[in-house]
Amino acid sequence: MPIELKMPALSPTMEEGTLARWLVKEGDSISSGDLIAEIETDKATMEFEAVDEGVIGKILVTEGTDGVKVGTVIATIISDDEDAEVSAKPAAEPVKSAEIVQMASPPPAPVPAAVSAKSGDRVIASPLARRIAADKGVDISTLSGTGPKGRIVKADVEAAGQGAPAALASATVTPAPAAAAPVSADENIPHSVTKLSNMRKTIARRLTESKQQVPHIYLTVDIRLDALLKLRAELNDSLQSRGVKLSVNDMLIKALGLALVQVPKCNVSFGGDTLISYERADISVAVSIPNGLITPIIAGAEAKPLSTISTEMAELAARAKEGKLQPHEYQGGTASLSNMGMFGIKQFEAVINPPQAMIMAIGAGEKRPYVVDDSLQIATVMSATGSFDHRAIDGADGAQLMKTFKELVEKPLGLVA
Amino acid sequence: MSNSYDVIILGSGPGGYVAAIRAAQLGLKTAIVERENLGGICLNWGCIPTKALLRSAEIFHHMKHAADFGLAAEKISADIDAVVKRSRGVAKQLNQGVTHLMKKNKITVHMGEGKLIAPGKLIVNADGKSEELSAKNIIIATGARARDLPFAPADGKRIWTYRHAMVPPEMPKKLLVIGSGAIGIEFASFYNDMGAEVTVVEMMDRIVPVEDADISTFLEKSLVKQGMKILTGAGVEALKASANGVSAKIKTRDGKTADHDFTHCIVAIGIVPNSENIGLEMLKVETDRGHIKTDGMCRTNVPGIYAIGDITAPPWLAHKASHEGVIAAEAIAQSLGNKDVHPHAMDVRNIPGCTYCHPQVASVGLTEAKAKEAGYEVRVGNFPFIGNGKAIALGEAEGFIKTVFDAKTGELLGAHMVGAEVTELIQGYTVGKQLETTEAELMQTVFPHPTLSEMMHESVLSAYGRALHI
Repeated sequence: MPIELKMPALSPTMEEGTLARWLVKEGDSISSGDLIAEIETDKATMEFEAVDEGVIGKILVTEGTDGVKVGTVIATIISDDEDAEVSAKPAAEPVKSAEIVQMASPPPAPVPAAVSAKSGDRVIASPLARRIAADKGVDISTLSGTGPKGRIVKADVEAAGQGAPAALASATVTPAPAAAAPVSADENIPHSVTKLSNMRKTIARRLTESKQQVPHIYLTVDIRLDALLKLRAELNDSLQSRGVKLSVNDMLIKALGLALVQVPKCNVSFGGDTLISYERADISVAVSIPNGLITPIIAGAEAKPLSTISTEMAELAARAKEGKLQPHEYQGGTASLSNMGMFGIKQFEAVINPPQAMIMAIGAGEKRPYVVDDSLQIATVMSATGSFDHRAIDGADGAQLMKTFKELVEKPLGLVA
Repeated sequence: MSNSYDVIILGSGPGGYVAAIRAAQLGLKTAIVERENLGGICLNWGCIPTKALLRSAEIFHHMKHAADFGLAAEKISADIDAVVKRSRGVAKQLNQGVTHLMKKNKITVHMGEGKLIAPGKLIVNADGKSEELSAKNIIIATGARARDLPFAPADGKRIWTYRHAMVPPEMPKKLLVIGSGAIGIEFASFYNDMGAEVTVVEMMDRIVPVEDADISTFLEKSLVKQGMKILTGAGVEALKASANGVSAKIKTRDGKTADHDFTHCIVAIGIVPNSENIGLEMLKVETDRGHIKTDGMCRTNVPGIYAIGDITAPPWLAHKASHEGVIAAEAIAQSLGNKDVHPHAMDVRNIPGCTYCHPQVASVGLTEAKAKEAGYEVRVGNFPFIGNGKAIALGEAEGFIKTVFDAKTGELLGAHMVGAEVTELIQGYTVGKQLETTEAELMQTVFPHPTLSEMMHESVLSAYGRALHI
């Protein structure tokens, strides 16, 4: 009897996902522990490990298919003495393949506001959920549902705008324009069309919400790095025997954590008709990953030793690049840090991650002319720009945070005390 | 027969016996322990027999108004003993029904008084004999009983609880009902229709205080028109039973206290959970004022011990207990490896409440006041029975249907109804709320004509300034 390989549930609440990539092909031999496929949800990509042994019989769901419900038979495994053709069973449910989707997409029809045009698929959602999503400008097709049979309900749409559970926002939300209608490409310009992954769609949605709903203000300071770089070198010398190598970013995470605890008015969340003030600084650190961005969190950064921050970051970043972070490791945080210095970017303004109220954008440290005591010298300087949610944070408080952050970096011994 | 089970349920009321049936459906080896009658209070001494009594009262009421319908009926009378006998017969029939359901689902019934003695172990005492049962999971469904007045406990002769009121030793002439929740008001309505002179005393500033304020006002007016005396904002300070009556010292709203004489008194001031002597303290099960604390899956703080129904938090309604029974059975099956069940916690705001007095009351969700308190901007619809053809044809033109919507999203926050048959109508709004309807879907639904249910449609239209028939 062929063994049926079923779409696994990667989390207790997962109802469906994308079969992103097959790592084996029909006829391959597999043993227990072998990685068979990559399964993607809007949160992470996980690898599907084989439990059984045998030979891959028939692959029933093609690579790139999304909306595969948990429990769907995706392939068959035959034990060595059976014949592949005889044992292949047609898939229990009709499965749409990636090729068919690609043919249907150009040219896409204009999208009516409340209904999702998800490749002709009907989005199962309650009437109330649809209406709230339309009012909020949320693309309901990017959400996963917690109602019966995965139905999207009111609670799912309300949670969509918020990372952490915030107070019911009773502030009047002016109905945002409906999710942008897909643009059809000018047929005269050579182009290719790629279907966006769930992660990219979610990133797009959250960035749009942030820019539409959060009034950003930007405050920039130039920070001298010489003392920090010197301290870093000395610390790394001592830490060599412990196998720890501090990066500048590790030290900036600590500095931001300490600064937020010293200026708690910037360690907050706008809750509609309340202000949530956090009692510790959990820093979401932007990490670039293939095809996107994710923000693993260093919890309680103000109190962690630099070596701990360094080790945790290395471990989280490695797993982030493999798409193996657990939801609690990247959902939450009280403020964010984004560093584009390694790309030579002098200065930039980052987009706030709601419901957080600030993000610190770090530019490249470069040798610049610098005035010290009325004389022109050369110093290693970086520009740091804080983006603040002006509903929750006043300019003066944001300025205080920037000043405190600058002082901690310029007088870095405070980071190890 | 082994005494080891997958789940044992302590108590066989609407919570317990439903949990047992669901557990059996899911293939679990199930036992149920009951110390009195299968079906618990609801079937034997509560919901069901009272509806039988109220039906007799309803027909008696119609008989008295036969002339209104072009009919003649002379020498109309009611025989309280015969009315009670019918209700006992109905209770017995349902009790036999539950017995049959237990057998059909192969649930082992242990009659006796059950008590937890250790994690996973129960002892059942009956006729001086003890039997020890063990189970991986135990569901506590022991329910509740009537609360007594501390200064005047029920004696069954002059001072009654609901239980005595259901099998009265004699027909009361002057009846005092203390408490105007569903139980008090239903008995007041019943005895009033049967010919007693009824006085209702309620501590809160209005009767049926959990309902929407408009319902309280309307119901009070209607009951007073039917001859009842209603004292709100009033309290009974002393109650003294004697050989041929009961005297109550009542303090009224104006602060004055006076003595009033009655032949009988029904005490309906709330319930007390049956949480004593079942082993909760020994197993350190957490309670709150006697009620067992549970989460959305009916789990207590002790792994393997669940609790459902009146022994837990409000609302103390049979249908809430039954749904909890299903949730607990599914949660247990899931914990034992069943991957096909998906128990979902109930939303309290989607649980309807019904009161079967005359006129009936039924509601679900937030009252207008509670909706505004919660910060909602509301749209309120109201449609009176007098505007409905069927109501007039039935001669039941008294009542209204009120709906409360979230002005921003069109969410149906609550529905409140008073009038004939509303207890059968409320399910429509409950289904709508469960499906997360907005006013648009309700407006687009075609209600049949001529029915009372059309008023549900009109009430929604009314909330948006579009009522057609008023």
